[in-house]
Amino acid sequence: MKYVLMFADTEQFAADLAAMDDAERERAYGRVRQWFADHADKITGHTYLMPPDTATTVRLDQGEPLVTDGPFVEGKEVVSGFAEIDVADLDEALRLARAWPGCPVVEIRPIAGA
Amino acid sequence: MVRDHAGRLAAALVRLTGDFATAEDLVQDAVEAALVHWPAEGIPERPDAWLFTVARRRGLDHLKRQARYRSKLALVQWPVGPEPDDRLRLLFTCCHPALPRTGQIALTLRAVCGLTTAQIARAFLVPESTVGQRITRAKRKISDAGIAYRMPDPDDLGQRLAEVLAVIYLLFNEGYLTTAGDRSHDRDLADDAEFLAALLHRLMPGEPEVAGLLALIRLHQARAAARFDGQGRIVQIQDQDRRLWDHAAIEQAGALIARAARHRRPGPYQLQAAIVACHAEAKRWEETDWPQILVLYTMLVRLHPTPITRLHRAVAVRYADGPEAALAELDQLGDALDGYHLYHATRAEVLRATGRPDAARAADERALALAANPAEIDLLRQRLQWN
Repeated sequence: MKYVLMFADTEQFAADLAAMDDAERERAYGRVRQWFADHADKITGHTYLMPPDTATTVRLDQGEPLVTDGPFVEGKEVVSGFAEIDVADLDEALRLARAWPGCPVVEIRPIAGA
Repeated sequence: MVRDHAGRLAAALVRLTGDFATAEDLVQDAVEAALVHWPAEGIPERPDAWLFTVARRRGLDHLKRQARYRSKLALVQWPVGPEPDDRLRLLFTCCHPALPRTGQIALTLRAVCGLTTAQIARAFLVPESTVGQRITRAKRKISDAGIAYRMPDPDDLGQRLAEVLAVIYLLFNEGYLTTAGDRSHDRDLADDAEFLAALLHRLMPGEPEVAGLLALIRLHQARAAARFDGQGRIVQIQDQDRRLWDHAAIEQAGALIARAARHRRPGPYQLQAAIVACHAEAKRWEETDWPQILVLYTMLVRLHPTPITRLHRAVAVRYADGPEAALAELDQLGDALDGYHLYHATRAEVLRATGRPDAARAADERALALAANPAEIDLLRQRLQWN
């Protein structure tokens, strides 16, 4: 079954990451790269997004299209990237998500029509 | 009995056909038919075969379009010999953590216990349509999100078992003292919780926490007859007539706890059971072994440092170390438990014991304002009147 894992940063996580020195941060990225390597046979694609301040949102239900700066979610948790996986069932997807060493929130959603 | 057969049939049909949602619907239909026919015509000699025949006939009638499912169903024979008990897989699937709690409960009651949607609705005092929606959503989540119908992997078993135990425990609490509506005592859900715990214990005899939960439930059931008086009012443990307790059941539960302890894997359910066993084994309230209970609560708080656990420990402190010590504990919990009626009720009793009747009265009033269960409301009103 195909799922998307959506990775979301919390404010705290983003702050912690920014506060690290370069060596620490490089180690943190290394753990993430290792995760992708360890599960390469199940990951069919992945995307790492630029930080939330680079985002632009368009709202189309406000009369005229409304363009604003920033992510659409006005909250403390922001999507930072996603991975597409192909595994046997939800329990396998959960196992991958539990092993994720990066940001602290991961949403698992099945891909429609897959 | 319907419960036993319905659960087995559901498990078997899911295994044989591989389609959880439809198999569960067919069993539900068969159960409803049984509830209509058996009281009128008597219970058939082979109730399991009867249920199976009805479920199969409905399946063949209604699934004309789904050729693949239909042909599988047509080939299935109800086995005559002993069948492996597949209800463990069913139970674990119904209690998958990806399902909302309300869905887990409704699905478990229906699929494993064979309750009808109407029966579940009555037990929880919600409309039947609400229960129907919860079940439909849960089944859809199982199919759409790819929740497999299988036992969890050994690595996941601990967490998954904890989820199953949480559902059973919730069912038991709900049955033991419903928090909504007019009825202050609903025994059927507590029965179903015991059924599930016993089933789980039979199928997983090496899991001490399962034995712990089963013992906990049986210890409560063993004293149920003394908990309410003729008018449905709560009788507190210190006032209960212990001759009404089922002492044989209490002894057996104690043996169950002792056997579980041999596994040397303590956990919250074993500890809670041991605490209740201390109460149940005392010949009189005055002989309750409070120091032992306090030791057990201290261990429990270490595992489960929740405000409510600490509240229960504070009661043990009161009897083991005195009310002033208990008051000190309770004061630390004020922020966390300010909205909880039993916190204020406990505090009221302790304040009274330290000779502060006015503060006690204020605490009782606060408790009364927060209470929801009619029997508890009654009890608190009485306390205010007498003090």
